[in-house]
Amino acid sequence: MTILRTDGITMRFGGVVAVNNLQIEINEHEIVALIGPNGAGKTTAFNMITGVYTPTSGNVIYTDAAGNDVQITGKKPSAIAKLGIARTFQNIRLFKELSVYENVMIAKHLHLKSDFMSAALHLPHYNAEQRQAEAEVEELLKKVNLWDLREEKAFSLPYGQQRHLEIVRALATKPKLLLLDEPAAGMNPKETDELTEFISQIRDEYNLTIFMIEHHMDLVMGISDRIYVLDFGQTIASGTPLEIQNNERVIAAYLGVEEDA
Amino acid sequence: MANKKNLILTILLLIGCFALAWYVNFETDSYIRRVVNLCMVYAIIGLSMNLTNGFTGQFSLGQAGFMAIGAYVVGIFTVPVALRPAVFYAAPMNPLIADIYMPLWLALIVGGLLAALVAFLIGTPVLRLRGDYLAVATLGFSEIIRIVITNAQTITNGALGIKDIPPLNDVRYIFVFTAVIFIFITALINSSYGRAFKAIREDEIAAEAMGIDLFKHKCLAFMISAFFAGIGGGLYGALLGTVDPKNFLFTLTYNFLLIIVLGGMGSITGSMIGAVLVTAGLEFLRVFDEPLDLFGMAIPLFRPGFRMVIFSVLLMVLVLFWRHGIMGTREFTWDKFIAFCKNPFGFFGRKGARKA
Ligand SMILES: Nc1ncnc2c1ncn2[C@@H]1O[C@H](COP(=O)(O)OP(=O)(O)O)[C@@H](O)[C@H]1O
Ligand SMILES: [Mg+2]
Repeated sequence: MTILRTDGITMRFGGVVAVNNLQIEINEHEIVALIGPNGAGKTTAFNMITGVYTPTSGNVIYTDAAGNDVQITGKKPSAIAKLGIARTFQNIRLFKELSVYENVMIAKHLHLKSDFMSAALHLPHYNAEQRQAEAEVEELLKKVNLWDLREEKAFSLPYGQQRHLEIVRALATKPKLLLLDEPAAGMNPKETDELTEFISQIRDEYNLTIFMIEHHMDLVMGISDRIYVLDFGQTIASGTPLEIQNNERVIAAYLGVEEDA
Repeated sequence: MANKKNLILTILLLIGCFALAWYVNFETDSYIRRVVNLCMVYAIIGLSMNLTNGFTGQFSLGQAGFMAIGAYVVGIFTVPVALRPAVFYAAPMNPLIADIYMPLWLALIVGGLLAALVAFLIGTPVLRLRGDYLAVATLGFSEIIRIVITNAQTITNGALGIKDIPPLNDVRYIFVFTAVIFIFITALINSSYGRAFKAIREDEIAAEAMGIDLFKHKCLAFMISAFFAGIGGGLYGALLGTVDPKNFLFTLTYNFLLIIVLGGMGSITGSMIGAVLVTAGLEFLRVFDEPLDLFGMAIPLFRPGFRMVIFSVLLMVLVLFWRHGIMGTREFTWDKFIAFCKNPFGFFGRKGARKA
């Protein structure tokens, strides 16, 4: 069953067409990768799906938890997050000055039912909600070995742990669909392997669908069910990892560039 | 265990402060009482301003306007009905409100609610702006509120101001308000909503991606801030015994800006410290407003207004060289305090060592 579909979304910035008529379909429980050279429009596609940008034309359709198709085109990012789409950012966007623990607790706020008065007065039903959230956050932080570092400020973590924290923060919103923008950027091969393992593990454990932008070909080819390739805003290929590896346009546009670099 | 100990210490401290307030109320002269009362009122307004500026990261400069609303509600409704014709001698009070009398506590709450309502109306267009634009717009609205007050003669007595407000000089009364507001804001900041505010301050795009509705939460912080600024303004009016549009010029807001910058943007205990230092400092600087004769020569700089020049320079120096203020975003905690008492010299060294 599809969970996300983009219906020919296009994004123009002045004269630049960053993404042109993008058609994507992602099925539940899949891991789908979006690859392409720098500036191809991958992040822009994520930004349209998560409501950071409103597409110049086209529609984004999401199938919510109840199985209804919802048009999320141009909805506020916060509303889209509430529907079950969470994301990470290419340039890590943690709440730098806040503790590791607070970073993840913040992601629990969207499920809070208590109003601000109950929260400020710490009324019993608010406290019950918080205890539940705290237990879930503890479990998540232990999973990525950050529980012992929970009091540290987010910016003080090593780079690799910041990436993991950002993923865990997104998981804390209890998403159905998780978008990862270059999760392995800046990681060495060992860290990348661990991350690959981690991504397929959380997919199974939380019954997630994952859509990710990635440059590390080991990671992409290793765990993706399907791959889309963008170049200059155009989709130049899509298919299974094997199909993509043997696609001549892809080799010319992307893999060739990667080998030179 | 540790939490219980800290709670008991906090309760003891509050009881101690209340006893001190009692002492100040009965055993000191009216000047000391006035300064102490002003410290507490400034602390309330500093705290309210820190909520938007320090915790939510929205640079708003509307505090004087919200104070004016609170102060005028107190002015309008707490003057005894019999005295009103004498106060509103130029133009009689609007008959709709001429007979409505409120006790001070009720007027304070009504003033706070009205300020929050105005904040909601202002916030709807203005909170969509960022940074400097928000500051300019809130500053403008604060002046508009003042001008509306100046011109609503039959309600506010216009430029004449309202005199004969039953004066408030019970230190305990203001202390109770300050303590309750301090506790409320502390509890709010330590709740899920407080974390959401801080998330907005840290990174709006990430906060939104985590499902935090930016506008709703900014508006909430802005309204709560206005509510307490209204109450603070009401207490200020009652303390002065008279309200006048000139009391609420936008320059008043700078006092609170100095308090929160000095104390630390995003620190509740910092705002309390800042309020005491700034209020006491302003009293001390009063000598600069008096003409000064040195060796028979009048120093030309010493004249009314010079105090504010010194004040502005201090604010500039502070922002340039000491942007995080005394507390930064840290808070006073009993654990740190006890560590400090046990080893006052090692305290700062140890922290530095841990950072390295
Ligand atoms: N906010 C923006 N304003 C103007 N141009 C933009 C903006 N965001 C992205 N672009 C442009 O769109 C193109 C695609 O960028 P991006 O989606 O970040 O690429 P990728 O993530 O594939 O490296 C680039 O040419 C970039 O300069
Ligand atoms: Mg990108």
